Amino acid sequence: MTSIALESRLLGPMLAAVLLLTAASHAWAESEATIPVPDGAIPAESLPETATEVPAAAPEAARPPEPREAVVEAEFDELPAEAEGDAASSASETPNDPISGVAEPAALDVETLIRQLPEGNFNDRRAVAKQLAASGDPRVPDILTALAEGRLLATEDTPPRILIRAETDTGGRDAISDETVPADLLSAGKRIPVHNPLRNALRSLVAVATISSPDPEQRASSLLRLMRDTIDADLLAYLDTRVETETDPRVMDLLLTVRALARLNADTPVERLESIAVLKGSLLNDVRVGLEATATDDADPDVRKAALEAIDSIQSRIDFYRFTENLFFGLSAGSVLLLAAIGLAITFGVMGVINMAHGELIMIGAYTTWFIQTLIPGALSTSILLAIPAAFVIAGLVGIAMERGVIQFLYGRPLETLLATFGISLILQQAVRSLFSPLNRPVASPDWLSGSLEVNPILALTWSRIYILVFAILVFVALLLVMKKTSLGLKVRAVAQNRPMARALGIRTGWVDALTFGLGAGIAGIAGVALSQLTNVGPNMGQAYIIDSFMVVVFGGVGNLWGTFVGAMGLGMMTKFLEPHSGAVLAKILVLIFIILFIQRRPRGLFPKKGRAAEA
Amino acid sequence: MLTRRLFLSDWGGITVLVLLLAMTVAVPYANLVLPPESPWHLSTYWVALIGKFLTFALLALAIDLIWGYAGILSLGHGAFFGLGGYAMGMYLTRQIGDRGVYGNPELPDFMVFLSYESLPWFWWGFDMFWFAMAMVVLVPGLLALVFGWLAFRSRVSGVYFAIITQALVFALMLAFFRNEMGFGGNNGLTDFKDILGFSVQAGETRVGLFVASAVVLILAYVASRYIVTSRYGRVLIALRDAESRTRFAGYRVEHYKLWLFVFSAVLAGVAGALYVPQVGIINPGEFSPLRSIEAVLWVAVGGRGSLFGAIIGAFAVNGAKTWFTTAYPEAWLFALGALFVLVTLFLPRGLVGIFRRKPKGGGA
Repeated sequence: MTSIALESRLLGPMLAAVLLLTAASHAWAESEATIPVPDGAIPAESLPETATEVPAAAPEAARPPEPREAVVEAEFDELPAEAEGDAASSASETPNDPISGVAEPAALDVETLIRQLPEGNFNDRRAVAKQLAASGDPRVPDILTALAEGRLLATEDTPPRILIRAETDTGGRDAISDETVPADLLSAGKRIPVHNPLRNALRSLVAVATISSPDPEQRASSLLRLMRDTIDADLLAYLDTRVETETDPRVMDLLLTVRALARLNADTPVERLESIAVLKGSLLNDVRVGLEATATDDADPDVRKAALEAIDSIQSRIDFYRFTENLFFGLSAGSVLLLAAIGLAITFGVMGVINMAHGELIMIGAYTTWFIQTLIPGALSTSILLAIPAAFVIAGLVGIAMERGVIQFLYGRPLETLLATFGISLILQQAVRSLFSPLNRPVASPDWLSGSLEVNPILALTWSRIYILVFAILVFVALLLVMKKTSLGLKVRAVAQNRPMARALGIRTGWVDALTFGLGAGIAGIAGVALSQLTNVGPNMGQAYIIDSFMVVVFGGVGNLWGTFVGAMGLGMMTKFLEPHSGAVLAKILVLIFIILFIQRRPRGLFPKKGRAAEA
Repeated sequence: MLTRRLFLSDWGGITVLVLLLAMTVAVPYANLVLPPESPWHLSTYWVALIGKFLTFALLALAIDLIWGYAGILSLGHGAFFGLGGYAMGMYLTRQIGDRGVYGNPELPDFMVFLSYESLPWFWWGFDMFWFAMAMVVLVPGLLALVFGWLAFRSRVSGVYFAIITQALVFALMLAFFRNEMGFGGNNGLTDFKDILGFSVQAGETRVGLFVASAVVLILAYVASRYIVTSRYGRVLIALRDAESRTRFAGYRVEHYKLWLFVFSAVLAGVAGALYVPQVGIINPGEFSPLRSIEAVLWVAVGGRGSLFGAIIGAFAVNGAKTWFTTAYPEAWLFALGALFVLVTLFLPRGLVGIFRRKPKGGGA
């Protein structure tokens, strides 16, 4: 129970983090757009917000202010000579730079520092890289990575242009302006040398650089990467400073985790126990690995015991989330079954018509979605929303045509109806194949339907499945209301219960039959819209659902919408809870066998019709 | 006496029987004796094709027996057909011996491929013809016995029965698609070499299989005819038309249904066993629900409730299918679909119904 409370407590901050993230990325995009890139000149306004992000307390950043100033001056002296091409602009800009440099030293320093990388020996390079890493500039991680991998080049110019060769070895770009550079310039550049100790240092510096990124998402992912590295004392100290300034709750959480993970190897058992206490709440795999190592290798028995307990508590939470995930998958599978079967519950359950073409009505709905998407490309959300009523109408009309053309002559002969509608299903399938193509049609999903809701590292729920679950329930409730509260529903039930009596009371049974069948068919069409978001849309898609749909209706009990609901959810759950143990196909086979056996026990389903209507 | 009972006023049946007998003699003659130049010569392709139709006719007969005479619509008879086919396929696979791609004398190719250590227990004995033939009868028969006993005992009938038989065949299809089942998965069993020492590719073997199919079909027809004209058959028709009334009259309705269902399943299994060596492959596609429903259509087209109608229907629909799929492959599903609709709407008694006088309900 405590774990549920814990996670729900985290949920709020996480949403805030997502909002923050989007805001940050917008701000970043705008600032990027406004950067003018004069060749060789130093744009003073290039790094607006990032300057404030630089952690003032970072030891490396704080240390060497004087030499940096000096270098900056030295570089500026040479500038006018180099920037002849755009003398006017650099002339107007460069004099301002030292002044603005006083106000925002970091903004200036980054580019100068980058230009400094080729100079001096390995130790100098390391010092410069350290300052760069602490600057928080978004270009730094790439540059340092390139340096470590030997892809960072410097031209012979003064000051040199720093180039990054692409990983694919073809092409490259300017490290500062991010412009693509021509190949000949690239070949003129010399590789900035690195050796192994520097390379190792760079690896953690890259992580440090991304930890100080303004984008919380970047910070989080770099922390996740750090979890796998060994963390030295310097880095640990730096993480301590980050803990003091971090504002994003999710990143904060990760920071604490990474720090605690590093301290699992601390000298005193007290510190190690403290770390274990922090790590207890984490579901990350790396944490588990770290704790397991401690549980077996630690010198102190108390620490080992605490680690084991922590693993146990993590495991029980993982089990809980796995269960929740299965539950969600089950509900999701159930909602798909419900959507597919609910139209059938009307035609088969209420009217007693075996409609083997039901799957093809679903297919028509899915093709309607595809067709509307190709009609109005670029407006995915609109087309999906438009497709729902359109699919209802089109599939409904096809259904009414089927009822008037064929089925009305076959009432009271269910087996013949079955064969005739099977024939219709073949015709519809082949029609789609001839009209469009035997291949699957691509149906795109709008943004809000793709991606997933990540509750924690273990539990991620796909949005499309969440929406379809909600949608299925909405359709079910709507249908329930139509059947219980409208005059059409009343007539449908009257005809289903006693046809001659209904007719005697003045109900036009033929008309009611056509509308009922149209309603069932239309709902199959709506199901097609939803399913187009989950599976392939092709001529055979209907066949995949027809048997499942019949199973649901028969299992739930014919003529009972609630039975269909319970049947769909029950079968969905059963399949998904069997799947991890048996595999998908075997789970399906087992469910089919279960239904076959279940029908023997209760031939009329879970909720059988009672009374005289049951005999019909 | 018995002859009179079997054939009295069954002119259609006699005609079909005579045609079948004539075919049994004429087809081998036209294929083996007549020289290839002769206009009456029949190529091996045609022999195999007609032989295949004969096995389909046997399957149709099996379905008609339960649907036409006991009102049990099975949409899963492909299950029994396929199981019989697999039993035969397993025998033929074992006969390949070390002539497979991997040359393993003990294990079929796909098992070597899936790195099986030894032959699974359910493959034991299939190198013996008599054992395989026993399985052709026993496996479908036992499945039908268990399935039917469960279903009829709890009075599952009509549409519900149709749907659970479909579930059965669908479940079997999924199961046989699994490689872990040990039946060759997706690819099924194929590349057969010998049957009883004769090469399955040889024209003479084809003719032999054709004759076997024809003889089995004739025997099955006579046996079915015997059943439906017996006292037992009268009870079947009674329970088809008024199940409750028959039950109240003191008959154990479920027993009558069950034994007929088992017999029908065995016929379907034998049909499958004859089908496999003639087409040279058996795969899980035989279990697809579509195949089973198609077989029901043969019966519906020919005329439900008259045994020879099923045979006519199987020949008519499959003949049309063969012609359509070569001439107009696109249009075949349209034609098949239209056939379903038109037959149920306009020919409730099938092709046979056209030539029959209206009254005399049902079949016999």
